[in-house]
Amino acid sequence: MNKKVFAIIMAATMMLACLAGCGSKAPSNTAAIKIGGIGPLTGGAATYGIATKNGAQVAVDEINAKGGLQLELNFQDDEADGEKGVNAYNNLKGWGMQILYGCTTTGSCVAVAGETASDRYFQLTPSASSSDVTAGKNNVFQMCFTDPNQGIAAADYVAANNLGEKIAVLYNNGDAYSTGIAMAFIDRAKELNLDVVAQVTFPDDSNTDFTTQLNEAKSAGADMMFLPIYYTPASLMLAQAKDMGYAPTFFGADGMDGILSLDGFDASLAEGLMLMTPFNPTATDERTQNFVKTYTEKYGAETLNQFAADGYDCIYAIYDACVKNGITAESKPEEICEKLIATFTSADFKIDGLTGTGMGWTTLGEVSKTPMVVEISGGAYITK
Amino acid sequence: MSFLTNLINGLSLGSVYAIIALGYTMVYGIAKMLNFAHGDVIMIGGYVCFCSVMYLGLGTLPSILIAVVACTLLGILVERLAYKPLRQAPSLAVLITAIGVSYFLQNAALLIWGSAGKVFPSLLDGIPPLKLFDGDLSISGKVIVNILVCLITMTALTLFTGKTRVGKAMRAVSEDKGAAQLMGINVDGTISLTFAIGSGLAAIAGVLLCSTYPMLMPTTGSMPGIKAFTAAVFGGIGSIPGALLGGLLLGVLEIFCNAYISQELSNAIVFGVLIIVLLVRPTGLLGKPIREKV
Repeated sequence: MNKKVFAIIMAATMMLACLAGCGSKAPSNTAAIKIGGIGPLTGGAATYGIATKNGAQVAVDEINAKGGLQLELNFQDDEADGEKGVNAYNNLKGWGMQILYGCTTTGSCVAVAGETASDRYFQLTPSASSSDVTAGKNNVFQMCFTDPNQGIAAADYVAANNLGEKIAVLYNNGDAYSTGIAMAFIDRAKELNLDVVAQVTFPDDSNTDFTTQLNEAKSAGADMMFLPIYYTPASLMLAQAKDMGYAPTFFGADGMDGILSLDGFDASLAEGLMLMTPFNPTATDERTQNFVKTYTEKYGAETLNQFAADGYDCIYAIYDACVKNGITAESKPEEICEKLIATFTSADFKIDGLTGTGMGWTTLGEVSKTPMVVEISGGAYITK
Repeated sequence: MSFLTNLINGLSLGSVYAIIALGYTMVYGIAKMLNFAHGDVIMIGGYVCFCSVMYLGLGTLPSILIAVVACTLLGILVERLAYKPLRQAPSLAVLITAIGVSYFLQNAALLIWGSAGKVFPSLLDGIPPLKLFDGDLSISGKVIVNILVCLITMTALTLFTGKTRVGKAMRAVSEDKGAAQLMGINVDGTISLTFAIGSGLAAIAGVLLCSTYPMLMPTTGSMPGIKAFTAAVFGGIGSIPGALLGGLLLGVLEIFCNAYISQELSNAIVFGVLIIVLLVRPTGLLGKPIREKV
């Protein structure tokens, strides 16, 4: 009897050993630089996290196929929640992370950035756009525009192209992203003598009915509406505007990107809608085309958006900086952090990517690149 | 004229709250439990209807029927697996279970349909809007359908619980489970039936909600669910006409706050009014006064 039990235990142990062997063999054999990633893979914001994860993975696979310096990406779920983000960060530290790529959403990113600043990990976020993410931390950099910078760029564009005589601004007062852009836009509009006739807003959790807000904009005579809101509520708002026969020029921020990929969305509602987005998947340059092809083959087209492109660019920025500094899998995180900060903030470090050319970074961690405006026509982006 | 427009918009929002509140109040009135998963059954109903229109290519009515059948089965299943074993447990345990079921349904939907929103096909667009005052005021077909469905459901439920044998059994169970059992009423069966009807109503509410606000996500049901629960309490939970009244009032109140007071504070004001109403009338507007048993 005892012998039998012993035999079973032995067999089980050997099987486990075999499995463990298989497991440790799967990640690349040669020593790779360990990059940790954080973003929501489940929950309401999952689309963004999945896109940044997949986009980054495309870049990692390309780089590893080239030979030379190898990268390994370990992406953890934070459900867009600060507390879970810090848990994910601690898991990644245990795994031996050397550089942090993330987080995807602002709230979680602010929480994690506080940790990386004191632990001295280099951090590059693809999409957390609030200025709180980088404020007071010299180790955190952004691939996307900060919210205020995007608001200013939008106001400049509206003024330069005479998009409207009377402007209404609709924003989500429960969301730092939306409010940040709207406030900067309104301030800048005043400086440029643009006439903002209505500021209308809605709370974060009641984002389905916009009839009163649209009525207010309409009765104020607004012929342009600036919409720094996400595309999901925007799709409802556009339908309600059409129902009440109100058709000003709609101008959105980068949160509007994705509206055309909504399953079942009537693209005619978005005809003439203009938005600022760093990434146009229909652009004809070779690099974009290759990225779109690889991404669609691997992950489908549903999450192919600016978040995916931001993720791709982040990995290349990290890679270029690592090559420049001779970083290896043995380098200590603190050492990498100081070297990469110096590189990112140096004037001659420029990255050409999917979301911009000649991108550089300020000492505040903010990216400098030219904004791109597209107009939706016939269900596709047309670069303006 | 803008006052009337706001009033119509308020009624439109309120009619959606009302139809969800009817399901809440029905289950609470009879089974005496708050089914917090109601909002998520609504979401599932929306998705089922979406799938049968978009993927199976069925028409409006068959799709709604399929959604009703699917939600009814789901309601019975959830009741059998999650709530029935807790029949003798304290009501707090059932409440927590209901919250668990709510999360389970949301995450199941996330797995099946993904996190990206889906735009619900406009099933009610064929109905022409009602134009008044030379077209200055237009009431969309959706609003008319919502209010009509609310009224029909309310009347049908009132007649059902008031006149039929099964309805009488339901009221008996609601009043005193033990005594009802002694009178030969199948208490378990009656409660299961209540859930089945409540979930069937949820499917209709889901279709109407998604037709009015055509955006479908795994979290679509949660906020309207909470608002509708508030509406049910406002009107007097357990009272069927109260749910309709509470829903409509809540919708109008919300839109008026948005239009005339403050968009930032509208939720705070709406819930503030709720607190005041409950202080003055603890059982809601049409709720039965609770008699203290001595």
